[in-house]
Amino acid sequence: MGATITEKIFSGKCTRDIRAGSVVMVPVDAAMIHDITGPLAIQKFYEMGGTQVFDKKRIVMLFDHQIPADSIPAAENHAYMRKFAREQGIHNYDINEGVCHQVVVEKGHAAPGEIVVGADSHTCMYGAAGAFATGIGSTDMGFVLKFGALYFKVPETILVNVRGNFQDRVGAKDLILSIAADIGADGATYKAIEFGGETVQHLDMAGRMTCCNMAIEMGAKAGIVPPDATTWDYIRQRRAGIRPFDLASDPDATFSEKRNYDVSRLEPQVAIPHNVDLGVPVGKVAGTHVDQVFIGSCTNGRFEDFSEAAKVLGNRSFSPSVRVIIIPASKEEYLKTLRAGLVERFVTAGALVEAPCCGPCMGGAFGLLAPGEVSLSTSNRNFRGRQGSTEGKVYLCSPATAAASAITGEITDPREV
Amino acid sequence: MMRIWKFGDNVDTDAIIPGRFLTIYDEKELAKHAFEGIRDDFSRLAQEGDVIVAGRNFGCGSSREHAPLALKGAGVRVVLAKSFARIFFRNAINVGLLPLVCPDTDQMKDGCEIAVREREGKIRVDGREYSVEPVPEFMYRIVEAAGLVGYAKELKEAPVCTKSRR
Repeated sequence: MGATITEKIFSGKCTRDIRAGSVVMVPVDAAMIHDITGPLAIQKFYEMGGTQVFDKKRIVMLFDHQIPADSIPAAENHAYMRKFAREQGIHNYDINEGVCHQVVVEKGHAAPGEIVVGADSHTCMYGAAGAFATGIGSTDMGFVLKFGALYFKVPETILVNVRGNFQDRVGAKDLILSIAADIGADGATYKAIEFGGETVQHLDMAGRMTCCNMAIEMGAKAGIVPPDATTWDYIRQRRAGIRPFDLASDPDATFSEKRNYDVSRLEPQVAIPHNVDLGVPVGKVAGTHVDQVFIGSCTNGRFEDFSEAAKVLGNRSFSPSVRVIIIPASKEEYLKTLRAGLVERFVTAGALVEAPCCGPCMGGAFGLLAPGEVSLSTSNRNFRGRQGSTEGKVYLCSPATAAASAITGEITDPREV
Repeated sequence: MMRIWKFGDNVDTDAIIPGRFLTIYDEKELAKHAFEGIRDDFSRLAQEGDVIVAGRNFGCGSSREHAPLALKGAGVRVVLAKSFARIFFRNAINVGLLPLVCPDTDQMKDGCEIAVREREGKIRVDGREYSVEPVPEFMYRIVEAAGLVGYAKELKEAPVCTKSRR
């Protein structure tokens, strides 16, 4: 009987054939901590009797949620982690590189066949690089910092097979919002989602990251795209000396479920408050007034996303009634956007373009909503209170829909501007 | 006998503890902001031993361990739900909060008295008895050691399935 890509990755780490349902203690290839969950992980590491981390080279540390420090407690957390990095000899990207998930992938810390954990739920994004990657809590991370390994229950896999060509101004974000609406907020709990089919094969790395990033919004433990030429081209620029190899689910692998999607008639999607699985075609909520538009986050803060937004914007201006906040997910993405002239275009049109960070996505720093306000956001969560007041509302959409709506001041179909 | 705090489906970790309080790590301090703006009487009135009862997918969303810590800080020892989000479930056990799965939570009302006999897998609410899904023994051991830390302290090295890397 064949194996899924996830079963193969776990089997590759162990000395025996591992199948879904097995509970195994496996070594991890990399572990990521940031400024929100890192301090507690370090505290747990010490409480567990830790003195030296398992391997300083396999720990990725950076700050992204509250940067530059927006409060004294945030500054104290940063200082605490800097001290830990210095004492342990861990390289610390500090506040300089961007949002954790983007940095992990673009700096080559995740590659096909590897197992990567991060103390953040959207760690599942590294599946776009062909890794098995999952988010864990701080205590589990404390254990990983000490031992370099963790218990995993190897998940079953839902195979998502996508075919068809996107309409103009419809893309990966619309696809994943529609899949989340179909599978539901807990439809993939404890499972891995494998994305395949011709549409996924034609997606660039940015689009694959968008899809894998949001696997957690269906409760999934991981999202993964089998590595192909697109993956290896990306990884080889970021991991010196790595040689491509074949890694894919066998044709006779056992999947818990197979779901087929055809995107050729997919419309732009908007997830309405207050759950990610409440995706509807944009037409159903068109005309809804928006106070703030956020284009950025680990889900949609890449150059490809800003290019799409800029295409929709053209030479127009954003509505003066909308606060438009644009934040690249990393320094690399920022520089690409800058060099292409898009930062100037966005600023001229009336946007604030901020330095790489999580921004309003988590509601822990700036860009918060007042009671009664509405945010339209390219990020990944629209929970009540996620971006400020619990009486505010967050809608989720693609960069194209965000740009179109920022022009008109109300939720707008990007194909109609 | 302690009371029930009743919640619905898909209670997310932003609802349990909003992002702006994540610089706090002390469970008693976190508890002051638990369900802030969602259910403001909880942090004022929750008593030691109270039980949270919810529907499907409790604890969905972020990996923040602040969420189970905030509930524990408020005195909650048990969360009863039809199902749990994966990371919350694991974090809860790791910090010593017991997540129990029970399909009948719709029948339990807010404010009712509840008695939990977790070892027997039984819950009693208003004179009626309900069963919970059995919990593996090692989970109890972690919860009773007040979390994974106690277990990890005793460990010299992790019993990995292989020694080799890459």
